[in-house]
Amino acid sequence: MTDLNTLEADLSAQIANAIDVAALEAVRVAALGKSGSISGLLKTLGSMSPEERKAAGPAINGLRDRVQTAIAVRKEALEAAELDARLAAERLDLTLPAPSRRKGSVHPTMQVQDEMIAIFAEMGFQVAEGPDIETDFNNFTALNFPEKHPAREMHDTFFFNPGPDGERKLLRTHTSPVQVRAMQRTNSPPPAPWIATAIEPPIRIVVPGRTYRCDSDATHTPMFHQMEGLVIDKGIHMGHLKWTLETFIARFFETPEVVTRFRPHHFPFTEPSAEMDVGCDRSGGEVRIGTGSDWLEILGCGMVHPNVLRHCGIDPDIYQGFAFGLGIDRLGMLKYGMPDLRDMFESDTRWLGHYGFSAFAAPNPATGLS
Amino acid sequence: MKFTLSWLKDHLETDCDVARVVDAMTMAGLEVEHVTDPATKLAPFTVAKVVEAVQHPNADRLRVCQVDTVDGRKEIVCGAPNARAGLTTIYAPIGAYVPGLGVTLVEKPVRGVVSNGMLCSAAEMETAEESDGILELDDSFPVGMAAASALAQEAVIDFEVTPNRPDWLGVAGIARDLSAAGLGRLKTPAVKPVAGKFPCPIAIKVDGDACRQFSGRVIRGVKNGPSPAWLQARLKAIGLRPINALVDVTNLITYDRARPLHVYDLGKLVGTTIEARLGRHGVNGDEHLIALDGKTYELTPEMSVISDADGERPVGIGGVMGGESTGCSEETTDVFLESAWFDPIRTAQTGRATGITSDAQYRFARGVDTGFVVEGLELATALILELCGGEPSDVVVAGEALPAPGPMAFDPAYVHQLAGLSIPRDGVVDILCKLGFAVEKSHAQLTVTPPTWRRDVEGKADLVEEVARIAGYDALPATPLPEVARRPGGVLTARQNRARMARRALAAAGYSEAVTWSFTSNATAKMFGGGDARLVLANPMSGDIDTMRPSTLPNLIEAAGRNARRGFPDAALFEVGPVFGGDEPQDQRLAIGAIVAPHAPRDWDKRAAEDLFTIKADLLALLEELGAPVASLQTAQGSASSWWHPGRSARLQLGPKAVIAEFGELHPAALKALDVEGPVYGFEIWVEAIPEPKKKATKTKSALALSPLMPLSRDFAFLLDADKAAGDLVKAVAGADKTLIAGARVFDVYQGPGVPEGQKSVAVEVSVQPREKTLTDAEIETLSAQVVAAAAKVGGKLRG
Repeated sequence: MTDLNTLEADLSAQIANAIDVAALEAVRVAALGKSGSISGLLKTLGSMSPEERKAAGPAINGLRDRVQTAIAVRKEALEAAELDARLAAERLDLTLPAPSRRKGSVHPTMQVQDEMIAIFAEMGFQVAEGPDIETDFNNFTALNFPEKHPAREMHDTFFFNPGPDGERKLLRTHTSPVQVRAMQRTNSPPPAPWIATAIEPPIRIVVPGRTYRCDSDATHTPMFHQMEGLVIDKGIHMGHLKWTLETFIARFFETPEVVTRFRPHHFPFTEPSAEMDVGCDRSGGEVRIGTGSDWLEILGCGMVHPNVLRHCGIDPDIYQGFAFGLGIDRLGMLKYGMPDLRDMFESDTRWLGHYGFSAFAAPNPATGLS
Repeated sequence: MKFTLSWLKDHLETDCDVARVVDAMTMAGLEVEHVTDPATKLAPFTVAKVVEAVQHPNADRLRVCQVDTVDGRKEIVCGAPNARAGLTTIYAPIGAYVPGLGVTLVEKPVRGVVSNGMLCSAAEMETAEESDGILELDDSFPVGMAAASALAQEAVIDFEVTPNRPDWLGVAGIARDLSAAGLGRLKTPAVKPVAGKFPCPIAIKVDGDACRQFSGRVIRGVKNGPSPAWLQARLKAIGLRPINALVDVTNLITYDRARPLHVYDLGKLVGTTIEARLGRHGVNGDEHLIALDGKTYELTPEMSVISDADGERPVGIGGVMGGESTGCSEETTDVFLESAWFDPIRTAQTGRATGITSDAQYRFARGVDTGFVVEGLELATALILELCGGEPSDVVVAGEALPAPGPMAFDPAYVHQLAGLSIPRDGVVDILCKLGFAVEKSHAQLTVTPPTWRRDVEGKADLVEEVARIAGYDALPATPLPEVARRPGGVLTARQNRARMARRALAAAGYSEAVTWSFTSNATAKMFGGGDARLVLANPMSGDIDTMRPSTLPNLIEAAGRNARRGFPDAALFEVGPVFGGDEPQDQRLAIGAIVAPHAPRDWDKRAAEDLFTIKADLLALLEELGAPVASLQTAQGSASSWWHPGRSARLQLGPKAVIAEFGELHPAALKALDVEGPVYGFEIWVEAIPEPKKKATKTKSALALSPLMPLSRDFAFLLDADKAAGDLVKAVAGADKTLIAGARVFDVYQGPGVPEGQKSVAVEVSVQPREKTLTDAEIETLSAQVVAAAAKVGGKLRG
């Protein structure tokens, strides 16, 4: 028995002194391996008498179990220590910069266009489009601009040189020609699938797009963006126009403080015509919406002129409706405080980064417009 | 158009102040641009009386005055020669800002005598451009009266007249609308005809094309000279320069009644006939006229010309400007007075052709009241007789006015139908009558006849506008739009949706969206495959933006250049916008262009810099997002357009005629022409070229079959001629067994020792997805052999 006690004490010391997992493994092999000391003792059990075995068996097996447990416990401790040591060696200086990644952005005009579409979509408007290069007929004549009328001159139109047939094309001065394309009765397919054509009333569309006028200063650029709206149905009157635009403006500026007013105005393609002003404050040198006692004109609108309906083959005694034109860049400037229209088209990366919008700022009913 | 409140009150009986008038104008459709109120500037100045004026003890030219002022008696030093006892003039106290001098008065001695204020001249208060001495006012003005009142300086209202309302170009017309809007009673005096004392010695001939109607008369024995103070003040208040009584009368009536007139010096007319005809194109070219502005104008056959000497000598451009040779001077004693009607379009064209924008031209171009031609003449006659004396002849008239507007049926219920406004029938009638419309109301339907000055009113919608704007747009109800059936799946077309997705996807990938001009310079357009004459603007703002762009890329590249010159060379920009292949609607395509000018800051761990393959990854990810069949796309290298690096660019296409995009490194020559440092990488996608996704009946996605079997992969290295496309090898390998091979991807390309000269080693990882059961070693061997055989067909040799 004394031998067993000595062996156990010896093995316990070796286990405790094993400095790493490899040393511990050597101890295990020496004790419990094929020719290990404990394995050797276990082999002797076979040659013992039953009486001897009865006494020695539990002693040797007990020794084996205790040594096995001791090794397992020691192994766990050694492994934990080794992991700690490795992790300590793996330390990184996390104050170093992450690899640079560009921050992209959506242009404010396009963000605002998306915002406007979101509001009008909720009111049941579809989005229609038309070409930037237009005919004189669609841009002026069909919209009831009399030939050679001063109102045409006021549009600062960009013209192209006349073609072989004498026709002089132009860059649309507003997105209103799409009204004509959307309303005009025709049997021929549109020149391209994306171009609006012959919608049967009820019509409820908005038309965003690029528009062009020969003009440049802080609030005018040769190219800008407009969103035309058109509603044609039976019984649509000016009260519907007022509700639509008041509702739009309140939702767009995302503040209940916005006040608006309608004033009579003149446009050749609407009758009665109106302009809408929004209450603002100009005292600080910049325009602030939703406060103050000043007014700022923000859009033109009116009931579609019977002549325009007739030009498009719609009977004004059956159908009537309204149209409006909104400056997309201009509304963006007012909402988000961009002072100069020209900056919008300069592509200064600093400006785009500052005034641009996150890719994930798409308007949605849960999170708001931006 | 400018006017003053006192002028308005000649036509409108009202107690309203300027603010109320401005507000009512705005709400009636007269857009007030600004109100200039001199009372603000003149607030510190008041009337004072000089009690005593004595020589200054130390200065010959100065006087020391005792002055009764609003602040009591003050001792004031004054240098004006007319400072004398008993003079009623204007006093400015210490602390007042004197606008004409640009100084604020301080108490300080003038040559030893303290001046307790200042006596002012008109120039010092900026009520006149120059003045001679201090103001001499009517002695009846009390001390302390505001200078603005004493000098009749009043607020001037400036507003914009829309082209449909030429009647607003006269104060009487403004008064009519304001009266209808409830601001007061209209009291424009009726015009009384002046009886002629002798037959008119001048005969008039008109050619109807040149002039519809022409009336005139001679007035003999007038005494021309400066017009009276009230008339001068009225004209000056709105910025007109008084000239002489005869001219001032015509200007007054132009602004008072929107009725331009012209006065000829009878003594300077040749012959006894005045003829209005079209300009003549003779053998020596067009006729000429030296107009009243001293400039010589060519008179073309498109213009209306007034002539004397049996039609031979031009003496005026009809409706635009008179001639210098027959103009009136202070010596004029006999005049011929003209009141005519010229066609708006012809007058507008003449204005454009000559560059003349006179008050007469402005009004005739917009349309002058056809019913006030002779009345205008009578009104002017009466005023000339009053101011200048003289003896009028009979009136002569040639031609006929345009027929007056005819009656139209109008159902008052239409006001509600079109405007949503509930206004009783009587209210409708009342508004129309106040605006000068004749209304016959004995039937349920009204019969409405517009006045001659309202030719813009052509139909019932116009009448609704009249009623609604006078009733006030504030009264319009806000009526929610009726609900309409919504098209399922949102309001955007597939193309619009793609544009929106592209924006958000590229922004998420680190690109900044730019919006650039749809135009570029012609040279740039040509370099990028455009520049067609049909797409060149006839009237560009400048030469560098005169041609519609064929591509979004040049503007983006130039933007990168501008940013670099500002010190910010790193740029990743994109634009979603139109490009133009011709001037027909179908020639306009939607492009998505993107460029990268790679100058990102250096990274400390030396990660690989981005290169052309980074932008290829962005391009493919975007195309995937847009629903393009990315797996079927061919990469046609070397066939991209000329503005790309020939060895580092490719087309992505479904076939040679279905090109979806181009990408690559920009050609150094193109960059040099655009003044930008390379390299610049980019791509351009043509949205319409991406096939539209197949329309499906439901939103349900196809069933997902997930294999329970583990996928495995095998690596192969092939030797390939160095100039052969790795993409072809990959495609061949991937197609070796379409059932089992799920994908193939290059993971290494190597040229150098161990690889024969002129060849490259391309290592491909082939992913295998067992379908029915786990593959046996033998089956994998067979598959490998198939892969090697497929590679061999495109020149790939398994590397030993």
